Amino acid sequence: MSESVMSPPKRNIGPVRWARDNLFNTWYNTVLTLVVGYLVVTSVGPLLSWVLLDANFVGDSPEACVGEGACWVFINQRLNFFIYGFYPGDEQWRVNIMFALLALCVIPQFIESFPARRWLGIFALTGLPVVGYFLISGGWFGLETVPTSRWGGLMLTLILAYVGILASLPIGIVLALGRRSDMPIIRGICVVFIEVWRAVPLITVLFMASVMLPLFLPEGMNFEKLMRALIGITLWQSAYMAEVIRGGLQAIPRGQYEAASALGLGYWRKMGLIILPQALKLVIPGIVNTFISLFKDTTLVLIIGLFDVLGTVQSTITDPAWQNVAIEGYVFVAFCFWVFCFGMSRYSQNLERKLDTGHRT
Amino acid sequence: MNDTNPQFEQTRRKPWNDPRVRALVFQAIAIAGVFWAGWALIDNTLANMESRGISTGFGFLDQSAGFGIIMSLIPYDATMSYGRTFWVGLLNTLLVSVMGIVAATILGFIIGVARLSSNWLVAKLALVYVEIFRNIPLLLQIFFWYFAVLRNLPSPRQSVDVGGLLFLNNRGLYLPEPVAQPGFAWVTAAIVIAIAAVVGIRVMAKRRQMATGKIFPTVKVSAAVLIGLPLVTYLLAGGPIVWEIPELKGFNFGGGMTLIPELAALWFALSIYTASFIAEIVRSGILAVSKGQTEAAQALGLRSGMTLRLVVIPQAMRVIIPPLTSQYLNLMKNSSLATAIGYPDLVSVFMGTTLNQTGQAVEVVAMTMGVYLTLSLLISLLMNIYNRAVALKER
Repeated sequence: MSESVMSPPKRNIGPVRWARDNLFNTWYNTVLTLVVGYLVVTSVGPLLSWVLLDANFVGDSPEACVGEGACWVFINQRLNFFIYGFYPGDEQWRVNIMFALLALCVIPQFIESFPARRWLGIFALTGLPVVGYFLISGGWFGLETVPTSRWGGLMLTLILAYVGILASLPIGIVLALGRRSDMPIIRGICVVFIEVWRAVPLITVLFMASVMLPLFLPEGMNFEKLMRALIGITLWQSAYMAEVIRGGLQAIPRGQYEAASALGLGYWRKMGLIILPQALKLVIPGIVNTFISLFKDTTLVLIIGLFDVLGTVQSTITDPAWQNVAIEGYVFVAFCFWVFCFGMSRYSQNLERKLDTGHRT
Repeated sequence: MNDTNPQFEQTRRKPWNDPRVRALVFQAIAIAGVFWAGWALIDNTLANMESRGISTGFGFLDQSAGFGIIMSLIPYDATMSYGRTFWVGLLNTLLVSVMGIVAATILGFIIGVARLSSNWLVAKLALVYVEIFRNIPLLLQIFFWYFAVLRNLPSPRQSVDVGGLLFLNNRGLYLPEPVAQPGFAWVTAAIVIAIAAVVGIRVMAKRRQMATGKIFPTVKVSAAVLIGLPLVTYLLAGGPIVWEIPELKGFNFGGGMTLIPELAALWFALSIYTASFIAEIVRSGILAVSKGQTEAAQALGLRSGMTLRLVVIPQAMRVIIPPLTSQYLNLMKNSSLATAIGYPDLVSVFMGTTLNQTGQAVEVVAMTMGVYLTLSLLISLLMNIYNRAVALKER
């Protein structure tokens, strides 16, 4: 047929039709649209002018902030403290290198066709923490030692989250395997461990780590505050991680276990070569989700006196030199966390779609 | 031929290759390890406590606390014991948890349903809500409500006045308080009778439907009884409730109920944060009910309200309840963030002030963790019973 296909009538396409279908299809939807639309229009305008139009961006003192808008000058002035805490200014290039390395390892994970993407991922999980430790704490290769009491800001938040997830992953795997074990005593120990840690709030764990850990340890053995917080966070997080991984182990069909046994594989090779790779692949989204919640929970360390990014902002907004900058400070921290958490949740949704090999019926 | 059969030799395993023997050995090592760790822990702790001069035991619970608490549900003053501070903190934790669970559930269900609305604007707004509040740390949200919103409200003299009944200022939210008068016992009795009557009506309606197939308008009648009977009794008894309205006296308000800003901030933040998770749970629960179920119900001639009540919601609840339980547990545990803004919950009062004053770290931490452990197990148990009641019964 030479005649081209006719386009649908004008009133069946286009924005008018779309609005009629999606906004005004029934009388109550029309009412809802009008009411909600009114609220949105009246709130977006003032919000926009506060954030952008009336806001103050340039300047170096509170005097630069005039008018009704947000005072972003405050964030700009204190940005160094929010990112590095009390880390000495001359040594901040070391932290910057770490940020760059982290970005180099993480960003390719979002790009499908990036070369050596897998190796960068493996390096992020193994080599990067070691490099990071030597680089940031110093004391080697002629680098000046920076005590952990001076670490702070966004950098500390990232360190807490990164170490927490890395250390809790292997412990979580062992606990999950233990909970699924045939040996009743091993299983009992793992169940009690997991359930106890999961039932108590992270704050009490942090309190315990900061108040009681020194009591538990033999005389003369002591950790600094950051280390104690990390131990608490890791133990707490590994219980959650164990439950996520247990879910994956349960999802592997019995036939896989039997087939591995039929091949004559022992327990560790059966788990390491057949079961765990499949189980972990299934629960990567779940692991990313626990990572997101851990990332948000790292803010609690401010209660035991560590200055993470929220801690630095919280301590600065009470500075008498700056008046009424609380909202600006909170918006800044919220934005930092939101970018990371939203990015991670999008990444996990991507993975879920990509890894869905049609196992589930 | 040799005397020994090589095949036979292979099946008779060496003891270290026998899985049963190995399992026993592993478990023995595990027990030994746990006992050794436990013993070392206790030994170190006792030695450390002795060298620091800390006494052990729960005797401190009877000593006078000597510090004030800004809000308590039971009578408390500074002369009372540390044991009393424990109960004050525990009750405050329970109060904010229950308030949070109720508000988060209502808000979460509304947002979850809104995300599935056919109205584009409403659905997108619900999505924005979820993506914003889910991805911002709870502690930051608590700080925001407390330091940026509630602390910046005007002083009592310039309170925000809602109809002369509600007052909002930087000291908190002031509400009218109902005060029961002598005749109120009749209303209480009427409420009890109404509840009993509703239970009776439900049983009878079900029996009648099973026998004759006739549907009794249970919901409408129940609602009428539940509202009507207490209302009639209330009017007959001459309205035995007096509302005590807060009044500005001097520099502050007197009378009525007060929601202190610490409680309000914690409540708002917990509810809004948890609601964003509950919304996603509700959405996925409703989506999990296949469209065929709705279509089949409609094909049977059920009206849309009945389809929803009898077919969709019961099936969605099966998917919703287990993760909802986890959210309730999370909310209860997250209420411990109260300590950051000074709301006197268990962690703040007992693990904070009491621990600092007495130095009884081991006892205080053990008691606090014991409470959370018990509460967690209790909520799990209750929700599991409910879950079993609504679970799919395969016959």
